[in-house]
Amino acid sequence: MTDTDATAFENEAGFGDYFALLKPRVMSLVIFTALVGLLVAPVGVHPIVALSSIIFIAVGAGASGALNMWWDADIDAVMRRTAKRPIPSGRVGAEEALAIGVALSGLSVVMLALAASMLAAGLLAFTIFFYVVVYSMWLKRWTPQNIVIGGAAGAFPPMIGWAVATGGVSIESMLMFALIFMWTPPHFWALALFMKGDYADAGVPMLTVTHGRRVTRNHVLIYTVLLVPVAIGLGFTSIGGPVYLATALVMNALFLKGAFAIWRRDEVQAEADSYATEKQVFRVSLYYLFAHFTALLVDASLRAFGLGLW
Amino acid sequence: MAIKAEHEIHQRRLSRNVGVGLVLVGFVVLMFGLSVVKIRSLGAVQGFDHVVRPEMIEDTK
Repeated sequence: MTDTDATAFENEAGFGDYFALLKPRVMSLVIFTALVGLLVAPVGVHPIVALSSIIFIAVGAGASGALNMWWDADIDAVMRRTAKRPIPSGRVGAEEALAIGVALSGLSVVMLALAASMLAAGLLAFTIFFYVVVYSMWLKRWTPQNIVIGGAAGAFPPMIGWAVATGGVSIESMLMFALIFMWTPPHFWALALFMKGDYADAGVPMLTVTHGRRVTRNHVLIYTVLLVPVAIGLGFTSIGGPVYLATALVMNALFLKGAFAIWRRDEVQAEADSYATEKQVFRVSLYYLFAHFTALLVDASLRAFGLGLW
Repeated sequence: MAIKAEHEIHQRRLSRNVGVGLVLVGFVVLMFGLSVVKIRSLGAVQGFDHVVRPEMIEDTK
């Protein structure tokens, strides 16, 4: 071997690069919402079974992240936000990501079936299929409604967590699904409003690109208005409680106020303060989801100690 | 003179090997724990080998 060969190894992947392939930040949200879905269910789960199930749900989410990066490597390379991901930066080969994604998908689904139930495993398999095939391969580059339908993939984890505990599907788990599902569009469109240019450069038909910013602002408001009854409604099911209802009232008022502010502004005003309102609403939307699921957890703990009001 | 080329790439490879090793060890531990829980949840399990089971013998009833 000569010295010139040394450059071939410069881009070799470390462990962190493979970990980054699993989209750890998305994974943390999946772990949190799946854990809440599992813990608020009225059926107790053995801690080891719960831990294993959450780990396999997380691995499944990571696998779909790796498959998404394999499929989207070409547009990730163009967008500033994603250009440093393992595949576009050349540290992990595309076919390597595909192999890891397929292997971990199979492993996670089989292991969840063994640890929990066939229903939970089936939901996980469907989530991976939905995110990789329906969202990444089909909708993302084809329709501006991509994130509306694709949001379903991110909404499944609490439903899987609930299925691990109860072995079934119920109005509570469907409303937890609906909460994330309805929250995704205004959250991402607020982001798209201030991430100017990125999606257009990559040729991804975001609503801001295809229908303009005015339409996007209208959509943020409409979807936030539709989100409110879902969020409040969840408070009147068996997993709701006083803490959840109070949190939902405050957070929905904040989110609605922000969406209304986005709707009232035009591009001139937004340019003037470099999208301060849009950025703030995006931040509020993150707290919004976190607060709702934390409140569900608090109410479940109160009930466990006999302090629930209903 | 010993050749000791500690290139940055060696650290990266070490991180990868140690990382994969720890993940595999973690998986084994998890599987063991899960097996213990699953088998215990079956209740008392009787072995059928080389042990006299009095309840199977007609006369002793």
